[in-house]
Amino acid sequence: MATITINGRQVEFTNEKNVLTIIRKAGIDIPTLCYQPELSTFGACRLCTVEDDRGRFFASCSEEPRDGMVIYTNTEKLRKYRKLIVELLLASHDRECTTCEKSGHCPLQNVALRLGVQDVRFQNYKERQPIDDSSYAIIRDPNKCILCGNCVRECNEVQTVGALDFAFRGSEATVSPAFNRPLASTKCVSCGQCRVVCDTGALTIKSHVDKVWAALNDPNTRVVCQIAPAVRVAVGEAFGMPAGQNSLYKLVNALHIMGFNRVYDTTYTADLTIMEESAEFLSRVAHKRHLPLLTSCCPAWVKFVDNEYPEFKRNVSTCRSPQGMFSAVLKEYYRAPEHNTSNKKTFVVSIMPCTAKKMEAERPNSYTYGEKDTDAVITTTELVQMIKQFGLDFASLTEESCDMPFGMGSGGGVIFGVTGGVTEAVLRRLVKDHNPKSLETIAVSGVRGNDGIKEITVPYNGMDVKICVASGLGNARKVMDAVKSGEKEYHLIEVMACPGGCVMGGGQPTRLDHKSVVEERDEGIYRTDRKMVLKKSNENPLMDFFYQNDIFKHKYHDLLHNHE
Amino acid sequence: MLDESYYRKTDEIIARYVRDARSLIPIMQDIQAEYRYLPGELLTYVAKEIGITEAKAYSVATFYENFSFEAKGKYVIKVCDGTACHVRHSTPVLEAFWKELGLSKKKHTTDDMLFTVETVSCLGACGLAPTIMVNEQVYPSMSPEKAVALIAELRGNG
Repeated sequence: MATITINGRQVEFTNEKNVLTIIRKAGIDIPTLCYQPELSTFGACRLCTVEDDRGRFFASCSEEPRDGMVIYTNTEKLRKYRKLIVELLLASHDRECTTCEKSGHCPLQNVALRLGVQDVRFQNYKERQPIDDSSYAIIRDPNKCILCGNCVRECNEVQTVGALDFAFRGSEATVSPAFNRPLASTKCVSCGQCRVVCDTGALTIKSHVDKVWAALNDPNTRVVCQIAPAVRVAVGEAFGMPAGQNSLYKLVNALHIMGFNRVYDTTYTADLTIMEESAEFLSRVAHKRHLPLLTSCCPAWVKFVDNEYPEFKRNVSTCRSPQGMFSAVLKEYYRAPEHNTSNKKTFVVSIMPCTAKKMEAERPNSYTYGEKDTDAVITTTELVQMIKQFGLDFASLTEESCDMPFGMGSGGGVIFGVTGGVTEAVLRRLVKDHNPKSLETIAVSGVRGNDGIKEITVPYNGMDVKICVASGLGNARKVMDAVKSGEKEYHLIEVMACPGGCVMGGGQPTRLDHKSVVEERDEGIYRTDRKMVLKKSNENPLMDFFYQNDIFKHKYHDLLHNHE
Repeated sequence: MLDESYYRKTDEIIARYVRDARSLIPIMQDIQAEYRYLPGELLTYVAKEIGITEAKAYSVATFYENFSFEAKGKYVIKVCDGTACHVRHSTPVLEAFWKELGLSKKKHTTDDMLFTVETVSCLGACGLAPTIMVNEQVYPSMSPEKAVALIAELRGNG
């Protein structure tokens, strides 16, 4: 076994791609800013520099491990260099930390704190740049950018959108869209993954928090909300709870205390989506029209198809996303005189792991009968902020259930939060029985797991149904290029723009400890599903409440589908 | 908006090279040689044609001082501000050009499109400092007086 010696201790290694990974595995969280394991190695920030036994310095992120290496991670010189690096970065950085949204969960701030940088001797000579708030989802503040390049590599390598890149050179270098155009006029799909990897407050979520408080404080407004599946397994992290723990019921209590009149569960319309999309799928298969069917739950993906594969626009499911369906149904429900005796305005808040949902809510097809369906979208990150603003001790709250008549979903609805979940829920819907064996067969069919591209073939009514599940838009591009060239044929393609699906959405809380929580959050979703009595969307009794209800009769198409 | 002829010319230029990311710089150089600047619309067009993102093309074009998105004058005056020229008083030369032509750090080209004044980091002719270039012609040992005289001479040429 090959070994390297780190600070005098021998550490074994196998196929780690760089020295940094070995150091971290050995339990030493050496600071980094530009290093993201899933992106190409950039080697720009130099914070991971280590010293070897010959007094040589090198960036451990860019160094291949060799057997017998002897390195030190915390020498006198290294401490001095690291502090100087951070000091120089801070010198040209807008350091108004107290009014920065990122404060408290900012990697740059955290590094400065950890290394004990207490003085910045250099003046900031940079001219102030205007803030770009053109996007519905993301705010870009170039004054806070430290040029780590994480967003550029995320947008180009992982998502293959390429809305952002470096521009200019030397002291004038910036990160910006082409011609420094507003983000809203680029091919940005609002996925928010740039903001997840941003080391500073240069890329942040466009907040709807104040809008929601205003509605909550207005006595003439009925504020109702829906909570997406992936939110429940991430919100607790910000309050010291373990990653992946389902804290939906604490969250419902918190929202009630904060003044929400009704708290509903988006898994309900995830079930409705399954009903509608399965029917659409079977009809397309029967008529051999517009196949493969492309899922429409993820607005960043839908926008990506618009931008990159316009010839496949008709393949996108006409179903609204669960958010879209829910908001339209809620507005219609409270429009009915018997549910609006107080004659209040209804304000629908959607609580999502996602920044792109903010963009979806503004799309022209997110209006029903002339009224906007979703009034505000707050991400998990904004939700955490609201809970803190209100002053709740979240972790110690008692648990409450969601409200009726839209507070119940099936396991099929819950698993929408992970990549492959929509497909698994469709398959559950299509199997005739609900015995555990059939469900187990589906679970192990290859639909689960965090591979970027998964292919599944399922026998159904004498035919082989070919399904592809992709997460991450770079993977989606590979799949679509293969379909376009005729190399691959599928009946159904499920895409979630964020690698790993909604649990890793662009609006989820970020961490400072360089740990990936995708597995914990996935497990949190599947654990929740295992505890659900109802696994199949079509067995949710509230489906009947909807489809048999006079309020919604003859409006299924208007409420549940997009119509151009 | 550029008229159609610009795009046809750009098609011609693109056809000289492999349709690939690596052809970006030679294509941009040819466009700039044709029009004395790199029209932004054409950069967007080239990016699409050779299959790279617009932001990437912009990244490369802005990295090199040599590419310009602004239309340039008939006479492009490059004032060297490299170390050697700087210590031998290139700044007064630059300021003389600015004053004579009504230009500044922000405004590079005269309204009649006759002159563009820009600074460059080194012309590689340090022995002749302070040095300038007008289009392809090198002018050594410049002074503010010589700068004023040169402008008068070039104006005389029309």
